[in-house]
Amino acid sequence: MIPAHYYLILSAILFGLGVVAFIFRRNIITIFMSIELMLNAVNLAFVAFSQAWNRLDGQVFVLFVIVVAAAEAAVGLGIIILIQRNRQSLNVERVDLLKL
Amino acid sequence: MNAPLLVFFFLAAIAILGAISLILQRHPIHSALSLIVVMVALAGLYLLMGAEFVAAVQIIVYGGAIMVLFIFVIMLLNAGVEERTNMSKMAGWAGLPLAIALMGFLAAAVARSTDRVQAVAQSGATAPTKVVAGLLFQEFVYPFELTSFLILVAIIGAIVLAQREKQ
Repeated sequence: MIPAHYYLILSAILFGLGVVAFIFRRNIITIFMSIELMLNAVNLAFVAFSQAWNRLDGQVFVLFVIVVAAAEAAVGLGIIILIQRNRQSLNVERVDLLKL
Repeated sequence: MNAPLLVFFFLAAIAILGAISLILQRHPIHSALSLIVVMVALAGLYLLMGAEFVAAVQIIVYGGAIMVLFIFVIMLLNAGVEERTNMSKMAGWAGLPLAIALMGFLAAAVARSTDRVQAVAQSGATAPTKVVAGLLFQEFVYPFELTSFLILVAIIGAIVLAQREKQ
């Protein structure tokens, strides 16, 4: 049996790496992928707690998180296509004006 | 060291290396492929924890649908190597130490919080997928129905956002 805190520490590490990617990357698609990485880290913590408490509610929450991530990806990628069409750039430092 | 622990460390190492590769690759398509590696490793960890249904959904929805959407958009926009710009001084100077501090605090907090968790006896759960289905369609049936509404809104939103403007 693997102790639950191994999974939780791995989840914290993955979340932290997602934060690092979010801070240091300039490409808006990569920033969006780092958000997905953070969601995945949270899912891992959910399943680890679900297993540790021997209750399956956590796994149901993971399904809801995955649905929200899918909806977010659809809308977010639509926004990214719009940004590329309007600014001809995917660099977030060139997307700093509310109005062109 | 027993076999499950070895599998855990193997999959955890793959996940962390994939995440580091996501940060270091300069081309978005390489970052996307690294993210797929992380997701498959996480699906393996879910299997290790006995959550077969979540592992299958992870592969199908995350590794399949969402990442295909990402790669499709990367190719549609012909996104090239990320250009280097002067990042904000604050992010360059304080970003990494603060992120590592966040990682450390999170790990310490969850590691301390599991003292109580480990006291709970582990009993072999039987047919978890069946139990998950029962929870999903009985106890959480209203949130479940709301997610279908959320997906409908997201579909409409994506279509409205990405359609070409009429001249």
